[in-house]
Amino acid sequence: MNTIQEMAVSPVDEPVEERRGIMRWLTSTNHKEIGTLYLIFSFAMFLVGGSMALCIRAELFRPGLQFLRPELFNQLTTMHGLIMVFGAVMPAFVGFANWQLPMMIGASDMAFPRLNNFGFWLLPPAAILLMGSFFAPGGATAAGWTLYAPLSVQMGPGMDMAIFAIHLLGISSIVGAINIATTILHRRAPGMTLMKMPMFVWTWLVTAFLLVAVMPVFASAVTMLLTDRHFGTHFFNAAGGGDPVLFQHIFWFFGHPEVYILILPAFGIISEVIPTFSRKPLFGYRSMVLATCAIGVLAFLVWGHHMFTVGFGVGPELFFMYATMLVAVPTGVKLFNWIGTMWQGSLTFEAPMLFAVGFILVFLVGGVTGVVLAVAAVDVQLQDTYYVVAHFHYTMVAGSLFSLFAATYFWLPKWTGRMYDETLARWHFGLSIVFFNMTFFVMFFLGLAGMPRRIPDYPLQFADFNMIASIGAAGFGFSQLLFLYVVVKCVRRGTQASGRVWEGAVGLEWTLPSPAPKHSFEIPPVIK
Amino acid sequence: MIRKAPHLLAIAALVSFCRLTRAQSGANFQPPKTQIAHQIYDLHFFVQAICVGICVVIFAVLLYAIARFRKSSRRTAMQFTGYKPVEIAWVIVPVLILLVIAIPATHAVFAMKDTSNSDITVKITGYQWQWRYDYLQEDIGFYSALSTPRAQIENREAKEENYLLEVDHPLVVPVGKKIRILVTANDVIHSWFVPAFGVKQDAIPGFIRDAWFRVDEPGVYRGQCAELCGKEHGFMPIVVNAVSEREFSAWIADQHAAKQIAAQGADAAGAKTYSLEELKSGGEKIYTHNCIACHQPNGQGLPPAFPALANGKTATGPVAGTIHIVMNGSSKNPAMAAWKGQLSDLELASVITFVRNSFGNSAGDLVEPKDIATARQNP
Repeated sequence: MNTIQEMAVSPVDEPVEERRGIMRWLTSTNHKEIGTLYLIFSFAMFLVGGSMALCIRAELFRPGLQFLRPELFNQLTTMHGLIMVFGAVMPAFVGFANWQLPMMIGASDMAFPRLNNFGFWLLPPAAILLMGSFFAPGGATAAGWTLYAPLSVQMGPGMDMAIFAIHLLGISSIVGAINIATTILHRRAPGMTLMKMPMFVWTWLVTAFLLVAVMPVFASAVTMLLTDRHFGTHFFNAAGGGDPVLFQHIFWFFGHPEVYILILPAFGIISEVIPTFSRKPLFGYRSMVLATCAIGVLAFLVWGHHMFTVGFGVGPELFFMYATMLVAVPTGVKLFNWIGTMWQGSLTFEAPMLFAVGFILVFLVGGVTGVVLAVAAVDVQLQDTYYVVAHFHYTMVAGSLFSLFAATYFWLPKWTGRMYDETLARWHFGLSIVFFNMTFFVMFFLGLAGMPRRIPDYPLQFADFNMIASIGAAGFGFSQLLFLYVVVKCVRRGTQASGRVWEGAVGLEWTLPSPAPKHSFEIPPVIK
Repeated sequence: MIRKAPHLLAIAALVSFCRLTRAQSGANFQPPKTQIAHQIYDLHFFVQAICVGICVVIFAVLLYAIARFRKSSRRTAMQFTGYKPVEIAWVIVPVLILLVIAIPATHAVFAMKDTSNSDITVKITGYQWQWRYDYLQEDIGFYSALSTPRAQIENREAKEENYLLEVDHPLVVPVGKKIRILVTANDVIHSWFVPAFGVKQDAIPGFIRDAWFRVDEPGVYRGQCAELCGKEHGFMPIVVNAVSEREFSAWIADQHAAKQIAAQGADAAGAKTYSLEELKSGGEKIYTHNCIACHQPNGQGLPPAFPALANGKTATGPVAGTIHIVMNGSSKNPAMAAWKGQLSDLELASVITFVRNSFGNSAGDLVEPKDIATARQNP
């Protein structure tokens, strides 16, 4: 009895004076404010990583060395990968999780608000370490984002800075994932059973478990690298009884689930957007949930397909080939379900829907080329060529990034209470999809013809396609400034958005007014 | 006509796609020249055809849905949430398609991995940044490095046809013989990749992996290192000269003769005493060929991985220290390779003398081939 009374008057319920200025953001424990921080951070990193890509494409515009020395070129390809994966795409999805998950499950906030703040504020120091490593003696690490030993053992102090940055990013991801999983499992409104959760929540639940499982594996890999570099261990040195390939096994045991970490929340977003603009419930909800879980399990069984050329015997070669081909089945189910959702719906094509349909079209190309690469013998020709570069940009850019644009246009009116400029947003979509394909489709041809990736200069037969890709990249890069303009314009002076925003919108977040109040669902709604 | 435009456009796109994916266009695999490469080529064509088919069907259905089920045509949405038969069908059909792909794919893996009953074995070693080929049955071995002049790379000269795909000493193999390659590396991971052979094998330091090929017709085949191996990764091509069996035997005989002459030359060099100028000018060539990528033309290096030689601690210190690090590599910095296996006594003596007396260094002393011979005997 006593305890209950004490809880009722606990200081948490008392109104706290709002902090102002920088202290508000440094000390915020509000899920919406932290979500905003994540999204601003990730967009800044997206611009940084994108600028690096433009430098790379400028060098590759013509054969010969024009702007970049080979060592700087390698630093840029490495940091482009690290920054886009760990600085841009992952934090962006965490930002959406922060904003949306509590509102979608009827919770007042995340389960661990202070941990949430801590998780975000680990990111800026990590970004400073990564960017600062360019100024270390010898420059940033140039071993590729995969950091393969023993090349990474050769690198200068920039490599150590990257290792510490990865540790910080890893801790941030792990606390974020624990927070998200706990929120989903314990903070749902009464009546919202697991099988009533929106798909975005489901995909994030599976993603959170993947993160908790694999980030420590990555941390251990880079720690072994650190001790090999400085403390005389020989984990990856054959002369000391180690094995360079061990690093690849550990890295890809993390790395493959990692790419599903980057795509599952995207699947969730698409599964929210398409029903809304089809004015129809999601087709095959139960099979969507099963497919998400199946992808989560398969994620741990396919890492060897990144290593088909290290010299496996027939056994592992076949095992990883079959397991990888199986991934196509649950992924296909998702794709078919989205089309099933559109079937006999009442479709409109506002910017979120355009990006969602664009996602399906281009992600399909990424998916089927994944099947081509899964065939081990064919992969031997394509491994480490531009075919692979094209394939994963079709899944990561056209997949993850397009879903992030869809999500921004979809939920921004709810967050800000203002509508974005539809015409400009459609232009953003049109330019993005044209220039994206111009950049990356020709890379399939380059890869088939045998152009290796990560080279600053290339034989003459690859010149034409590289020129096309570079022009496309410039177009794609500068089109993203339009996105920035649309978002800023929306926040500053967009027209008033209604509470429901979209005609077909269903779900708890749309029952709130727009803009969503800072504290929502303090009294949980009841789901029937 | 306007209504037909999309169809015409689609047909044009399809035709140009088919033209692009022909072998000669540079947009498909290079023309296959071994049995495995043929197998991969056909397998890829088969899988790609299935994938293009799947894409066409799904795009068509999607575009139909986009065109047909629009709100603007005053449709109200049907509120169904699933339909069991289709949901089961689109699990089973993909599984069946995958099975159809898996059968030839499995055969190809078995064929690729069968390195038994080979006629000739060549050991291939990756170095930063060149290849070494050792014919194990013949006791012949040599290094193979990029021969494209720096001036072409830095755009000071026009680029020639085989830009970045030419080497000083290509690998020579006879056609029609099963060649087994044993692939390893000396420093970091490289990857030996010749597209026309369907061979890509990572070269892993401390481990030996094998692969094989049998070339159908004589010719010069070119490839590149396929695993990021440091700053000159883009500049270590592979060239294979496939010749008739008779030419191959003649080439082997030439190699043996050349080896004997080189050995006699080395003996003579060991006995001879060279002047500072002779050693420096010889050393400059060795430096340009082997050292310049890391230590740079002006000897300033790229610290910290590649230290400066100009006024460098080891380069200007006691001569024994310089000889030791050039011959055995650095125990502290794995980027500095051991050169005693790659260079002859005269070459080592020349390059060490060059380094100690260039870039403003003025040790004044010179290292003779016999000093290196002594160092080889007392490591």
